Amino acid sequence: MSTGITKRIIACLDVTKGRVVKGVQFVDLIDAGDPAELAHLHATSGADEIVLLDITATSDARPILIDVVRRTARQLFVPFTVGGGVRSLDDASALFDAGADKISINSAAIKNPDIITQIAERFGSQAVIIAIDAKRKVWDAPGTATGAAVSTEGTITAEVYLAGGRIATGRDAVAWAREAESRGGGEILLTSMDCDGTRNGFDCPLTAAVAKAVNIPVIASGGAGSGDHFVEVFKAGCADAALAASIFHFGIHDVRQLKAQLQSEGIPVRLPC
Amino acid sequence: MITLIDYKAGNLTSVRKAFSYLGQESVVTDDPGMVRDAQALVLPGVGHFSTTERLASSGVRDAVCEAIGRGIPFLGICVGMQWQFAGSTEAPGTQGLALFEGACERFHTTLKVPHVGWNQIRRTSQGAKSRLLEGVADDSFVYFTHSYRAPVVEGVSTVTTYGEIFASSVERENVFGVQFHPEKSGDTGLRILKNFCDYAAKRSTR
Repeated sequence: MSTGITKRIIACLDVTKGRVVKGVQFVDLIDAGDPAELAHLHATSGADEIVLLDITATSDARPILIDVVRRTARQLFVPFTVGGGVRSLDDASALFDAGADKISINSAAIKNPDIITQIAERFGSQAVIIAIDAKRKVWDAPGTATGAAVSTEGTITAEVYLAGGRIATGRDAVAWAREAESRGGGEILLTSMDCDGTRNGFDCPLTAAVAKAVNIPVIASGGAGSGDHFVEVFKAGCADAALAASIFHFGIHDVRQLKAQLQSEGIPVRLPC
Repeated sequence: MITLIDYKAGNLTSVRKAFSYLGQESVVTDDPGMVRDAQALVLPGVGHFSTTERLASSGVRDAVCEAIGRGIPFLGICVGMQWQFAGSTEAPGTQGLALFEGACERFHTTLKVPHVGWNQIRRTSQGAKSRLLEGVADDSFVYFTHSYRAPVVEGVSTVTTYGEIFASSVERENVFGVQFHPEKSGDTGLRILKNFCDYAAKRSTR
């Protein structure tokens, strides 16, 4: 029987100083446009969700730009997630008030995991996405998404990083995903730091390892460069959703065209959209 | 004027924003008096079924029942729809309104729970004349996020499949419920909210 649920394509806006930017492996940022305009454009061209990440809020130790969130949310009628620099229940409340449907937390959740439970109890687990920036500890074939980066025990080992990839934590990504779920996280947004910005494909083995370890949806992120990469991450990577930024911003990919390809490969998608 | 019931669980901004986009004025309240006097009521909801307990203790529940009895249009969203059933195994001690038969239960499936994402709605025979779904094609996609689901009983207007078939919307006289989030379901969702506004407007000028 068909499950009915579709695989989601999520357009991500990496924002700094109120502008959408794109970096390669978290650095070398270039301007990609206005967040409100791009969010609307992506939603009307078939994206299932929009994520806005303030990628320098944590490293600059400042709050997220609420007015940018409010302006982006105003005419957006698909699920809208905001993240970056969420440190407290009050920060989260302000984002929900501004029009976010979900918040994404990363650094604050590692430093104070209780914040996951606090936000989930007030706004529901569905509103709490745990963002995990992970970097493989071992690569048999460095720089490729399909290389078998496994430990001697045969399990994938990836380390969790904070502050937009600037601080290593020593925490294991799969174990942290499990803990985040048990504390009330509603979805996992897993970004492969090794693959991010390369356009060489998602880290499918790592995504699958996390997706199989938890019973909440896993959003794969980092490395999208072609439609084939999305097919791989939904099949081999067992992802529930896949997120990308640059391939959508620069018009390399039309979301509807991408969905048509996925549908032809037997992957359920929201089409027409 | 649409009155949105605030019961301090979850986030009302998205629903308000959608009504505002449709040119529909709305007001948020947790005051039983304002609920009793409303022209149209919406109960948005996310989170745990037990949060609806507050509606009983604050007197809002009685006010809602009174308004429904007078024919005031009432739309429940997500937990707001579940509350229109007798109860939920999520919070066995908490009473729903029992406007529809049966109780909500956790999904019986090996699939991931919660059910999160875009899925399709299909009309039941009773849903063929649904006023809420006017102009909405069968198999339209809408956005869901929930772990408990309502049974397919009398009054169910659409069903959806996620490992099993469950009620995705209900409708009876002036009472409407949707398990999905119309405020997050693109043009399809906006159409559904507009249909509710139109129904409410027609009734209040009658």
